[in-house]
Amino acid sequence: MIDAPAIRTQELAKRYGSITALAGLTMTIPRGDIFGFLGPNGAGKTTAVKLLLGLTPPTAGHAEVLGAAIGDRDALRRVGYLPELFRYQSWLSAREVLALHCELAGLDRAAWQREIEDALAIVGLADRGSGRVGTFSKGMQQRLGLGVALLGAPDLVVLDEPTSALDPVGRHDVREIIRGLGERGTTVFLNSHLLSEVEQVCHRVAIVDRGRVVAEGTLDELLGGDTVRIRVTDLDRAAKTGLSRFGQLDDEGEWLVIRGIDTERVPELVADIVRLGGRVHAVEPRHESLEDRFLRLLGQPN
Amino acid sequence: MLALTITRLQLQELLRRRLFLVLLLLTVVVIALTTWGFSRIPSLGEGQARPISDVQRAAVASQLLILVMFMFSFVLAFSAVFAAAPAISAEVESGTTLAMLARPITRLEYVVGKWLGLVATVLIYAIPAASIQMVLVQIVVGYSPPHPLEFLAFVIGEAIVVLTLSLLLSTRFAGMVGGVSGLILWGLAWMGGIVGGVGLVFDNATLTHVGTASKLILPTDGLWRGAVWSLEPATLIAAARAAGVAAAANPFFAADPPEALYVVWCVLWILFVLAIAVWSFTRKEL
Repeated sequence: MIDAPAIRTQELAKRYGSITALAGLTMTIPRGDIFGFLGPNGAGKTTAVKLLLGLTPPTAGHAEVLGAAIGDRDALRRVGYLPELFRYQSWLSAREVLALHCELAGLDRAAWQREIEDALAIVGLADRGSGRVGTFSKGMQQRLGLGVALLGAPDLVVLDEPTSALDPVGRHDVREIIRGLGERGTTVFLNSHLLSEVEQVCHRVAIVDRGRVVAEGTLDELLGGDTVRIRVTDLDRAAKTGLSRFGQLDDEGEWLVIRGIDTERVPELVADIVRLGGRVHAVEPRHESLEDRFLRLLGQPN
Repeated sequence: MLALTITRLQLQELLRRRLFLVLLLLTVVVIALTTWGFSRIPSLGEGQARPISDVQRAAVASQLLILVMFMFSFVLAFSAVFAAAPAISAEVESGTTLAMLARPITRLEYVVGKWLGLVATVLIYAIPAASIQMVLVQIVVGYSPPHPLEFLAFVIGEAIVVLTLSLLLSTRFAGMVGGVSGLILWGLAWMGGIVGGVGLVFDNATLTHVGTASKLILPTDGLWRGAVWSLEPATLIAAARAAGVAAAANPFFAADPPEALYVVWCVLWILFVLAIAVWSFTRKEL
């Protein structure tokens, strides 16, 4: 089913005894989306991933991955996965680990060599392909795990906290890799508690807390685009006050923040400031940061 | 068949982690020492009025070979338990299984693949090691056991029994728990066999039943008796028969080979325990 969404879940739930790890997850992720699954530690993100990959059975609900029921072998062939707990056979070389996963994924043997070298190059391990995994640093092992997840150009790539062991350079690399996947039309399911990571690469985000999705949508929908910051000089207080007809005004000295403004009226606002004798140095549309929104949704004071 | 991929991986791990190498080196040392010991047998009684007869020499050699092979079977069972006990649990604990089992491989293939890898390891180690030992004894003492192939089958069967049990434990418990439990059960079964023999000697039905039950519940000792029987020359069995049932309590003696039905039971036992291991791991939450 080419047209089926990459992931569709219906009231998917998981309980371990009396502990609810995931309570009624309902969501649809279209093909080609870079989807951020965001939540604090223990929110149920990893549980959701394990359910989707058939690593653990759900207590209730239903889910489809690439149009097939959970755990379907043909669907799993087209899924790449980097677990949060990334560990690969320490006695194998990086190339051997990749070859093993080519074999497990049922890739055509003739394509292995190219797949392996490509994966090593993409994750920046091209010169360490023959090294034993046991001698790799955590960061290198995570890079290898990402390479494993990319083998065979899967339709869906599931990344569970893919930068937890990486330094800033590594994080940057991973963001580039995810963007590259998005450009190729690969669906990416990104589990993360790192707001900046999600904010920088994801088209759509679900925020999950205590096993429930508390908000879902595009970043614009979630964060709103109704605030603008303007750096302006030579404008007196009275003139500034006159601008309040555009929205709620916040005078931060050199910076003026206008909230609740219709973004279509920003040029008009700038023209007004200039007419009033102000000199405009910068105009920045400002989203509520994902962090603010996140904390607000989780009911914590900012 | 992805199970064979797992089998290959399991063998690769045992080779690369040098468990195999250490075992082989120690085995070479043990074989060298025991062969030297065997080579001293013909000189027993030298300088005395009566040098030992051929029958005596065969009796001494066979008894010594049984003791050596008991140690061999113990090392084999011990190694099999300690290779199998962490085979699955360590991969679950470390997280290795997450990436592997998110691939289109079933849990059945994974468990059966592990089992085949462990069985192959036992075969690769046990057949040459035991064969070389028996051939060397033949060369230095001129004694060869009457049923060498049966001996290999019984002693390897014993190792496969404990290995399968340990692999089952490995689907649920940490390697340490599985390893210790496997060995304790192996020891219990060995003592169960002795208890059953004591029951026979004293004609005590309860003790005999304990022995029979332990032979059925964990068939390691039953198979060990088969291995002992395979190593005994006919003269020794005849002599022990003449002594009556008293020999039954000796864990290093068996008057008869295990019945064919018992061998069938052992095979079914292994398959049944393997099936439980598959079932247990299929239900395991990762």
